[in-house]
Amino acid sequence: MIKHFFKKLGFSSAPFAGGIQPDMQKWTESSAIEICPLPPLLIVPMKQHIGQACSPLVKVGDAVLRGQKIAKAEGYVSVPVHAPTSGKVIKIEEHAIPHPSGMGLPSIFIEPDGLDERDTSLQPITDWQNMDVGALRERVRVCGIAGLGGAAFPTFIKLVQDQRNPIKTVILNGIECEPFLTNDHRLMVEHSQKILHGMQIIMHMVGAKQGIIAIEDNKADAIQSMQHAVDDANIEGLDIQVRVLPTRYPQGSEKQLIEVIIGKQVPAGKLPMHVGVICQNIGTTQAIYEAVVLGYPLTERVMTVSGDAVPNKGNLLVRLGTSMRFIYAQRGLENFEGLQILHGGPMMGERLRHPDIPVIKSSTGLLALSQDFFKQAHAVEEPCIRCGHCSEACPIGLTPNLLADHCRNEQLEKAADYHLFDCIECGACSYVCPSHIPLVHYFRFGKGQAAQVRREQNFAEASRQRSESRDTRIQREKDEKAAKRKKVRATHAPTPTEAEQGKE
Amino acid sequence: MSAFSDFAVILLSAVLVNNYVLTKFLGICPFLGVSGKTETAIGMSFAVMFVMTLASTASWLVQQYILIPLDLLYLQTIFFILIIATLVQFIEMMIHKVSPVLYQGLGIYLPLITTNCAVLGVALLNVQQDNTFITSALYGFGAALGFALVLVLFSGLRERMEGAPVPDAFKGSAVTLITAGMMSLAFLGFSGLVKV
Amino acid sequence: MLESLMYAILALGGFALFSGLVLAISSKVFHIEGDPLSDKIDALLPQTQCGQCGFPGCRPYADAVASNAADVNHCVPGGERTMLAIADVMGVEPKAVDEEEATPMVAFIREDECIGCTLCIKACPVDAIIGAPKQYHTVIADHCTGCVLCLEPCPVDCIDMIAKPELLEHWSWPLPDTQRAQTGLERRESHHHD
Repeated sequence: MIKHFFKKLGFSSAPFAGGIQPDMQKWTESSAIEICPLPPLLIVPMKQHIGQACSPLVKVGDAVLRGQKIAKAEGYVSVPVHAPTSGKVIKIEEHAIPHPSGMGLPSIFIEPDGLDERDTSLQPITDWQNMDVGALRERVRVCGIAGLGGAAFPTFIKLVQDQRNPIKTVILNGIECEPFLTNDHRLMVEHSQKILHGMQIIMHMVGAKQGIIAIEDNKADAIQSMQHAVDDANIEGLDIQVRVLPTRYPQGSEKQLIEVIIGKQVPAGKLPMHVGVICQNIGTTQAIYEAVVLGYPLTERVMTVSGDAVPNKGNLLVRLGTSMRFIYAQRGLENFEGLQILHGGPMMGERLRHPDIPVIKSSTGLLALSQDFFKQAHAVEEPCIRCGHCSEACPIGLTPNLLADHCRNEQLEKAADYHLFDCIECGACSYVCPSHIPLVHYFRFGKGQAAQVRREQNFAEASRQRSESRDTRIQREKDEKAAKRKKVRATHAPTPTEAEQGKE
Repeated sequence: MSAFSDFAVILLSAVLVNNYVLTKFLGICPFLGVSGKTETAIGMSFAVMFVMTLASTASWLVQQYILIPLDLLYLQTIFFILIIATLVQFIEMMIHKVSPVLYQGLGIYLPLITTNCAVLGVALLNVQQDNTFITSALYGFGAALGFALVLVLFSGLRERMEGAPVPDAFKGSAVTLITAGMMSLAFLGFSGLVKV
Repeated sequence: MLESLMYAILALGGFALFSGLVLAISSKVFHIEGDPLSDKIDALLPQTQCGQCGFPGCRPYADAVASNAADVNHCVPGGERTMLAIADVMGVEPKAVDEEEATPMVAFIREDECIGCTLCIKACPVDAIIGAPKQYHTVIADHCTGCVLCLEPCPVDCIDMIAKPELLEHWSWPLPDTQRAQTGLERRESHHHD
């Protein structure tokens, strides 16, 4: 509270409230992106994004080409899935995906034929400046592009021109504030022109004139490279600039970054577009460029393979569906005994139980850490000593220790009162906690329980309505029958005079 | 001393210094009974405020215009209880109508305001101290305000305590009483703040 | 002496009469129509309409609880969570739930054995079974509350109860496996089952 006040007065140098400065360990920042060879088998899960799962379009035995659509999107918040290479569909069955539950999803197994032939049905669009925005948006959708920063939200949904919420600024998120990860960093160094091109397409699509490429100051070569690209490019009429920000975690979180760049907070429950901004990840922007200008659907991504247990760390261009065991093997790691393997960064990524899991669109990195390296997180949970470090570290301004108490005790309404649902699960609180309380884990537990309760309530409400409408229907049928019977009786029953006559 | 500062002193002393619950130890039953949840505690506070203020004014009127002229002071207690019981019945009906959930939440403690020693205590003390009509109303209201303050504070503490890793032996009423004792210690610190 | 006794009786009697009048009038003013409490309880029930509580549906059970005619712990499918919510609204101490909360089930009709008698359709309280006379019937799994009311009337016993399939979307994080979290959980559970 006081911090917010000082910040308003301009006394604080912190770019946003809270945050931490973890040891970045960007060991792979100067290793160029290498191409990972094709594995002997690709496993393509039917859901690689946030939203509804896809349904397969191919059968076992079908031959597919690289970039051919093999599963169609179901529902609005969904994007199709494409074959990562040419080959044959050998089976369609459930397989584990990178998910903390360890559960699986229906997946298409493709055996590559080694030719890597592309499906060329999508035409390149070079004069996108003169294209209808809706057609470009459809292109981004059919190419299966979802946010490659880790959340994998279908990108086309964000790329919309809305009269009520005109987008003024497009922010390119080159922050990459997670320790270890360097995939966006290397993309900016090696493919700055493509990224800038993609950014211009995005700005054209949303009708924005201002573009900001946000990079933290620990990536000097990326800043230089992007600045060169901006200087050299023909960006008439557009105001594109590179903004260098001090290194701080979680600056790469969308809402925090927007606060830093435009000085306005995105209100709780609102989207960036409500403050006239959209944010795009570096990898996503490059994928948009490839989808539009080259006509390539999303079939590969860059990911960082790092961690102290990986002998040959680096940044790899990997086909989606490649098994993680295969990737680790490429980098010289084959024995996983006693290692922790992580999908994504160490702050927000998930721990995997085994490496026989395919790479999906949200795979930013693969880490393998030795037990020594991980011992911090293995320490026993101690009682909270009310030091308040977690509240200081929270970028949202929550009180994580109280929130965790409420989640632990399943006091879900209280937790909601303490704004559980504004938590972005950045992990800053868990990182600073001297008692090693797994705070974020408690929040995830609480959120899951609350979602469960909500689902049950909705189901009960729907059941109640069905039961009530059944009751009214039965009542109506009964009434109608009774009315009919009355009518029948009225016509057939002897009239009083007849009855009297009968008596006589 | 002006009238206003007189009133302020009465109010302050009734709320903090001579707090009915924590320094006079009256009204402990609802203090422990309905402090489980803040919402219920707030509801109870309003009910007690209503009853206490009206009870102290009504008892003053009865004392001055019925009991003293008719020389019936030996019927004081039964009259006062009659007043309080009527008021409690009245507010019970009102709460049942206005907020059935609060009604259920207060449960048995709502009718038990009748036998809440704090309410009768205020009425009797008013008479003992020879307060005027205004000061006895103020004194009743102040005492109720003090009750409300500690009840709501205590319910907040108890809500927090629900999630606290309390040792098994202390779970439940044990730790509740310890907390109440510590709160009482804190409130005793107010003594000497104002001289009545 | 007698006079003062008269005064006492008159004063007390008069005052009591006055109080009684005030209360009589206010009971008219604050008269309550219906029972808003049973609406609140009904909203907490899972609406399976299964009748396992001994009442013919969720609404009747809610009415019974609201009027203190039934305990708060008879809703089997609602389990502990529902019991706690009802106890909270009613302001009573939680009680142990009748039976352990079972895994959620849905009915499944083996269609090749179904003779199309429509008896199960008539039994279903939430219209979750579709079909016509002499046609196969089937259960809309998303609508089925798992109340098992359709098993009994089926003349050929072709209805099974199967576990509701677990969905990835419905998975939620368990409590951390630290000792503190787990002992807390154990304590909570033992407290509720006391």
